[in-house]
Amino acid sequence: MAETHSLQDMRQQAAVAAKVFIQRDYTNGTVCQFQTKFPSELETRIDKQQFEETVRTLNNLYAEAEKLGSQSYIEGCLACLTAYTVFLCMETHYEKVLKKIAKFIQEQNDKIYAPRGLLLTDPIERGLRVIEVTIFEDRSLTR
Amino acid sequence: MKNCEYQQIDPRTLVVSPSSAQKHTEKEAERPRRKWEVFPGKNRFFCGGRIMLARQSGVLPLTLGLIVFTCGLFFGFDCSFLVEHLTVFIPMIAAVLFLFVVISLLWTSFTDPGILPRATPDEAADIEKQINTSGSSTYRPPPRTKEILINQQVVKLKYCFTCKMFRPPRTSHCSLCDNCVERFDHHCPWVGNCVGKRNYRFFYSFIISLSFLTSFIFGCVITHITLRSQICKSLVQAIQESPARYPLYISHFIILIEMLSCLDTSLCTVVELVVCFFSIWSILGLSGFHTYLVASNLTTNEDIKGSWSSKRGADESGNPYSHSNIITNCCATLCGPMPPSLIDRRGFVPPDEAIPAASASEIELPLFTAKNDAHMCTQSTKDMLERMVHSSDFHGLCPPGTSKTAPLGLGVTSTPARSTQPSPSALCSQQHVHQPVALPCTTYSRSSKRDSPLSINPAFRLASPSPSLSRVSLILDDSPDTGFVPIP
Repeated sequence: MAETHSLQDMRQQAAVAAKVFIQRDYTNGTVCQFQTKFPSELETRIDKQQFEETVRTLNNLYAEAEKLGSQSYIEGCLACLTAYTVFLCMETHYEKVLKKIAKFIQEQNDKIYAPRGLLLTDPIERGLRVIEVTIFEDRSLTR
Repeated sequence: MKNCEYQQIDPRTLVVSPSSAQKHTEKEAERPRRKWEVFPGKNRFFCGGRIMLARQSGVLPLTLGLIVFTCGLFFGFDCSFLVEHLTVFIPMIAAVLFLFVVISLLWTSFTDPGILPRATPDEAADIEKQINTSGSSTYRPPPRTKEILINQQVVKLKYCFTCKMFRPPRTSHCSLCDNCVERFDHHCPWVGNCVGKRNYRFFYSFIISLSFLTSFIFGCVITHITLRSQICKSLVQAIQESPARYPLYISHFIILIEMLSCLDTSLCTVVELVVCFFSIWSILGLSGFHTYLVASNLTTNEDIKGSWSSKRGADESGNPYSHSNIITNCCATLCGPMPPSLIDRRGFVPPDEAIPAASASEIELPLFTAKNDAHMCTQSTKDMLERMVHSSDFHGLCPPGTSKTAPLGLGVTSTPARSTQPSPSALCSQQHVHQPVALPCTTYSRSSKRDSPLSINPAFRLASPSPSLSRVSLILDDSPDTGFVPIP
């Protein structure tokens, strides 16, 4: 519950100053990857390494979700043989990784971004197009 | 601490609260609209958003009807003969194929093909800023493209004016459905839906299994006719060879009866033959075409436009998405991981968007606020802060007692909302366990919040100079505990 308190403290005095959008990186095709370039608006708020580390971890997680390996093939073949009815019963590998990603983002927000007046939005809520970073006004944050 | 305790109360109070749809978990609220209800594209939704179709379902009923009708005729008229003369496996194989075809068809038609949700206003503004300095909204600027490098090949990304974003590679905007669809293949009227990234494998299974089914039925029907004609011929021969056994007119009569009994079976058989014959050409052709597309990791859209074939003499190396070999391409397209639906049909529209719409019905408003409070601890932080950002939920930030009761008090003026009035006391009495002074909050807030529901920004109402309201604004800044201090 600690995170609630810090977020509520922030909520009570914060207003959105700006939003930064980290776009997708298509250099490797249509796999879900985000640009690791550090946006200039965040320079005063967070360490470049820290941010790039977050984005890199996210990229790795998405790569894991979309990996063409034996597990995905087995899942695909099984689905085909059962006329895809397994999709009604079982959670797919991708969905499992998405849950992992959601937890990771929550964790990152609580530990790193909220204390700095930032908020990462899970890309799935933006159709996997962007990572939305909300910058809050720096009024009475405990730094 | 108090706040968290309060949150624990929430699910119970929500259950107690008398209004509508109480089908929720902590995450799902009650009456707030689900995203499928406000979906901007031209789609139709059924079963509470679980099933979706294009608005023009095309000839899907015809497709289904033809398949069911032809198979029905087959099972009804041909199977009995064939089981007798050949093997019992024939109807079994046909049944399996038929089931596979229908299930694949339904999956293709009812699945989200990979629709991209439209860009949020903030995103759109950011993109506009990046492209252009002069953002005039009164005219449509010239088409915007962005060039990127994919696997050392230059690919142009186009800007979609409807969805207000740069389309990812291989994404196309379907004008019939008014959506951008990822890995857009084509809009199939037979299936009544677009074929895209998420349902391409279902579509492929459908056409392959349909090819097998039509070929199988075609073969069986030909066999049936052949066998029957042989039997008729041998019967005629038998009668002719032993003329002494029967008088001539009786033998003719027997032949006639036999022909007639063949006839109604034959009529159905002929219908099946005709349907299968014409379908086979188109279905087999389509299957072959899509097998080629799968093997070279192309979409129909790209193939028709010749996106990659004009470069480097039409070989696979022109396609930056193609893997090194055919097997990998096939596996990637058909057996790859199943991407999730991005449009979140069953999710709830965030209340800051819903409140202006809901202001007309006071019953919904208390539920929104109740949901907001419940969500403080449990929902994603983004939603929480977004709500704060839009500041239409500032009363949600009130200490639980006032916020809970305030909007319920808003319903005083309208009759249906009156029924919710007992619930504030119920709520307060629940809260009595922890804060014995909630009841004064009820009376206080009911009188003061009368005019705020129609305000889009009740936060400003809260800050109005009325003395009772000013106390609320004071309370806002204090810790939640003090929210239950009785107001004299």
